[in-house]
Formats: sequence, structure tokens, C-alpha cells
Amino acid sequence: MSEPAGDKPFRMLPRLDDDVAPFWTGGERGELVMWRCQDCRYWIHPPSPICPTCLSRDIATEALSGRGVVHSFTVNEQNWNPTMPPPYVIALIELDEQPALRLMTNIVNCSSDDVAIGMPVRVVFENHDDVWIPLFEVAS
Amino acid sequence: MSESLERRAAITGAAQSQVGRRLYRTPLDLTIEAALRAIEDAGLTREDIDGLATYPGAMAAPPGFAGPGTPEVQDALRLNLNWHAGGPEGPAQISAVINAINAVAVGLARHVLVYRTVTEASAQGDKGRASVGMGANMPSRVSGFLQWTLPFGAFSAANWLAMYAARHFHEFGTTREQLAQIALTGRANAALNPQAIYTEPMTMEDYFAARMISTPFCLFDCDVPADGSTAVIVSAVETADDAPHGGVRVNAVGSALHGRPSWDQWDDITTFACRDAAAQMWSRTDLKPDDVDTVQLYDGFSFLTMAWIEALGFCGKGESGPFIEGGARIARDGELPLNTSGGQLSAGRLHGFGHLHEAVHQVRGTAGDRQVPGVDVAVAAAGGGPLAGCLLLTR
Repeated sequence: MSEPAGDKPFRMLPRLDDDVAPFWTGGERGELVMWRCQDCRYWIHPPSPICPTCLSRDIATEALSGRGVVHSFTVNEQNWNPTMPPPYVIALIELDEQPALRLMTNIVNCSSDDVAIGMPVRVVFENHDDVWIPLFEVAS
Repeated sequence: MSESLERRAAITGAAQSQVGRRLYRTPLDLTIEAALRAIEDAGLTREDIDGLATYPGAMAAPPGFAGPGTPEVQDALRLNLNWHAGGPEGPAQISAVINAINAVAVGLARHVLVYRTVTEASAQGDKGRASVGMGANMPSRVSGFLQWTLPFGAFSAANWLAMYAARHFHEFGTTREQLAQIALTGRANAALNPQAIYTEPMTMEDYFAARMISTPFCLFDCDVPADGSTAVIVSAVETADDAPHGGVRVNAVGSALHGRPSWDQWDDITTFACRDAAAQMWSRTDLKPDDVDTVQLYDGFSFLTMAWIEALGFCGKGESGPFIEGGARIARDGELPLNTSGGQLSAGRLHGFGHLHEAVHQVRGTAGDRQVPGVDVAVAAAGGGPLAGCLLLTR
């Protein structure tokens, strides 16, 4: 999994607290990582110390496939921050592993005209300092 | 149905401060103005007020968002309080009103002053909307919910809710022409509201000529930052007949949140928390959607209003597009007059309390030139995303 082409925009970065650090650093190994219940196998996002379905405390991080579909998207045209100039595509990706397991992200490496709801996508990572931001591109 | 104890409460007063763009008055100054007007409107004096509530209470950021906390207002007016509360967590902006209703219903207070104050227009100054958005004054590293949005340039609820709208468009064939009716209806009504910010006529051509913010939302789908304070008096219902304008009865409250409390993990993004709040409200009354004479439904973004219309059962799920198409049905002389003050899209972002103020005045027949004839029942609803609360108000 490669980094997107072109210059990297400025991004506000997450604070790497213990619970979220696996998610934000998995990209160093090319992995999209979330917490998962080791009893009922439910994916837990955002992180929580307990499985919200079976209430098990036995949770651990695992890698996902990095594949999903575009659940919805918007083309942002507003210049909210001069270091991140519009237009760019903000999307809500539903990951293949579990219904309604979603990430807000950007669709990269294609024109906004080519983005559609239902489109299969795969993760790519963009490295900023100690953070690997999961972005998505069209899955070939 | 068991007794709905919210009927022990009535709204006996409702007033606003000066409302406008960039008034450069302090939040406390605006709040005091609205509060004293509301107390007078209720036929009360400062000494009668024994409860105080606000949303969201004092917060450092975003700029201009919060208004004064209850300690500031209590001290400024030297109120002797038997109950007080302020906070951002709850069923949307009108959670403060719901809290007050609860306090009155259990007898902790008899007359509660409830206010919501914004100075987002002044805070924005000439620097544009982004300066009051979620990214403003943030530390270089973000945590909590915003870590899932800001790294991706999703700085605003405009972006988050644009994806709700886009999904609704995708599933139900909703169009921008239909969405536009929320903005056009609000603008037509704002012309009759002396406190409204934008009053010049707007056409469909104007709507489509506006710059895009985040597809499918253009500028006119996003509410306009304002300075202003709204105050209402929530009173014990037995005092309502003493109010100069008669008290508006609280018939039912909707405060439920059954889905995940999340903008991005919400199960069905063609609707939002309004689904749960509206269902609960109807479960607490014998009144039906057909009984409602006017609706004041949150329009921080136009799509939210469509979702409220569906959630409240005025049309079927996914059918709000055809329901509002052409605008006749939701016009002031239509079967479901909507946002008769102009709503937040045109009258200004008073954050749910403008809608409540309008609903109270419509029910008691004091809405001036924009009064809908014969209003006995109204809905005031606030919120978007995982936040929603609603009130069914009757004469």
C-alpha cells in the first residue's frame, strides 16, 4: 500500500493516546487496525475498554482488510483552512468486515467526478510525523 | 398511556434580545435583555424566578458559541434559585428547556428562566465562517470525536451532514430542487419577521447561483451565524392562566436516543436522532401529526428539516422530497406551515431557541404579521446528528 501521489496537505493530527495509537500508527506496517472483541469477534470503533455487544473485556487490536465501500460522500468546496485548499472529497466508508463499521476519510487518487456511493475502495496511508492517516482510493 | 408529567409545565413567556449580525454586544448583555423581556412577557418580576437553565453553559470554544453560564446570569440578576442547570450534553439545544420542564414537574422550581445566547457573528468578525468552526482555536493535536473528522478536512457539521443528505438523495432520489424549498420557505417567511437577518426575496435561480459549500449543500443550505439571545419562562402549569398571553402548554416531550451517539457511526444516515425523539414524543400523547397546525423544525442545515418532517410522521420515510416539492404544502398558507420566523437559514442561527420562540408565539397568537390563523398545536424541534429533542405545544 503506497502513499498517495503528490504533495501532502497540512492535516490536523490526532493525539496518540494509548487507545487510539494502534489505529493511527498501523499504517506504518500498511495495516488498518481496530480493536476487536476476542469472544464474539465484534469490531469496536471508536475504541472502548468493553465489547458493546457481549460486554466482554477481552479485547485486542487486529488488522482489517482495508477494503470497504463508499457509504456516502461530499465534495468539500469551502476553504475552511488555507492549508487544506478545496475541493476535496470527504467520504464515509463502510468497511467490509462489519455492517455500519465506518470511517470518515478522504477519497484520493481520482477525480471527484469518479466517486460514487457503493464504489469499492481500499485503504492507503499518508504519513505525517508519527501518524499514518488512512485514506481510500478506488479498488481496482 | 401513563400520565405525561411534562403537562405540569407551561411556557408563560418567550422573548428575544436584539438579533443581528456583528452587534458587538457582550453575551451577558444580550442575555439580560432577552431575560428581562421574557420575564415581563410572562407577567412576572425578577423575584418570581426561582429556576435557571441554559444550553450549553459556559464553554471556551468555539468562539461565540456558548453564551454566559448560569452563574453569571444568576449573579447579574441576583436571582434566588431553587434549581439551576447548564450543560451541553442532552437532547440537543432544547435540553435546557426539557430540564426546566422536569424541574417544574417535580416541584423543584415554579418559574424557570431558560436562555440560549450566541455571538457567533461577532466572533467571526470579518474572518469568515471558518473562524468559528470546529477547527478554530484547536490545539495542534486533536482527541475525542474530532480526531475522526478534522484530519480529513471535515471541519464542519456542514461536511458531516452533507453526507447524510447525499445518502438520502441516493436512496430516495431526493433532489436539490426539493432541498431548496427549506431555504426558500424560510426566506419568504423571514420577510415578515422584523428580527430576521436575511429578508430580501430569494428565488430558485438565486439558490442555484449560490456557491457550493459541501455537496449537496450550497451557501443557502447552511444557517447564518447571528448574535442574539432567546429566553423563555417555563412555569408550573397552574400559573399559566395568570400569564398575560396565557401559557402555552407542554403536551409532550421527545428526548430519546436509541441509536449510537455518533455522527459517523449512526446506523441510518438518511435520518438522525430525530427519529428516536419524535417517536417518543408521539408515544406520550393522544395527539397525532394531523392535529399539528405549524412546525418549527431545526434548520442548522436544510436537510435536517427534511429529516424532522419524516421523523415526525408528516410523510413517510424517504418521502420528504416529494412532500415539500414546490413549497406550497409548507408555506405559511399551506397545510403544514414551516419555520414561520424564517428559521436559522434566514432569521439567524439562534440555535434551536428561535424555533421554540416562534412556536410559542404562534400557539398563543402573538406572531404578528406572520401569524398562522388558528394555531392550537405546534411542534418545536432542535438538533442534528446524534442530538435531537422536540416539544409538542398546545394552547
